[in-house]
Amino acid sequence: MKLRDIAELLDAQFITGEDQADREVTSAFAADLLSDVLAMVKDEGVLLITGMTTPQVVRVAEVMNMGAVLFVRGKLPTASTVAYASGTGIPLLATRRIMFETCGALYQEGLDPARRKHFPVDHGTPDERGS
Amino acid sequence: MVRRTNVVLRRIYPIAPRDLEQAGTVSTHVRRELLALGMNPDVVRRASVVCFEGEMNMVLYSQGGRIILLVKEDRVEILFSDHGPGIADIDLASQPGYSTAPDWARELGFGAGLGINNMEKNSDLFKIRSRVGEGTVVRATILVGVPFF
Repeated sequence: MKLRDIAELLDAQFITGEDQADREVTSAFAADLLSDVLAMVKDEGVLLITGMTTPQVVRVAEVMNMGAVLFVRGKLPTASTVAYASGTGIPLLATRRIMFETCGALYQEGLDPARRKHFPVDHGTPDERGS
Repeated sequence: MVRRTNVVLRRIYPIAPRDLEQAGTVSTHVRRELLALGMNPDVVRRASVVCFEGEMNMVLYSQGGRIILLVKEDRVEILFSDHGPGIADIDLASQPGYSTAPDWARELGFGAGLGINNMEKNSDLFKIRSRVGEGTVVRATILVGVPFF
């Protein structure tokens, strides 16, 4: 799905990287917990949907070779984070929709969930496994 | 006999504790260095993720230290060493879901207790040594397979 179509669907604005509106994202992963993004996302070129706006969001997207970051709930990263993102070439978008609505709309349009690795905590809590 | 391989690239990065503005930048540098060497994208990604997890752990929990990137003909080695506080029970700390993260680390989206496990999973060889009160040393190795030069 193209970033241009995602922006149109969600009334999202490009914060940076509008010149890459024709870029395709392969699938999407939604989380505020960056630990989970790092541990679970298998694919590259994934759209990261998040309400977290720290500088680390863009760095995680960069090391994971993600396709774009979409901030939800009307949140915006700081100017220095935006400047950093422009240097990396990772487009940033922002929508005022909440995460649930954002994901629902994209799913309905046919955007696939990111394939995930085996979840490290699939088999119970650490307390249960430790025994 | 151990076959010695040439060091292709060596970089040393200091890590300041609690520097949240910069946290993660070393890993992005490491990624760019590896990409510039024309390394396999899978190796680059795994090394970058390992580096990022280790870097965040050092920034969030340690009293500072350094990360050394060593690229050899057949492997990427990332060495993390810090000045403490050390890990009392490494097996426990490596368990997915186990975390000692304070609330402020969790509010940044980290501290889910997946870091060490994720580093291990993305590495071909992985070793932690730690002494409470002194510090922790981690060596993570990603094998390139065939020499890429």
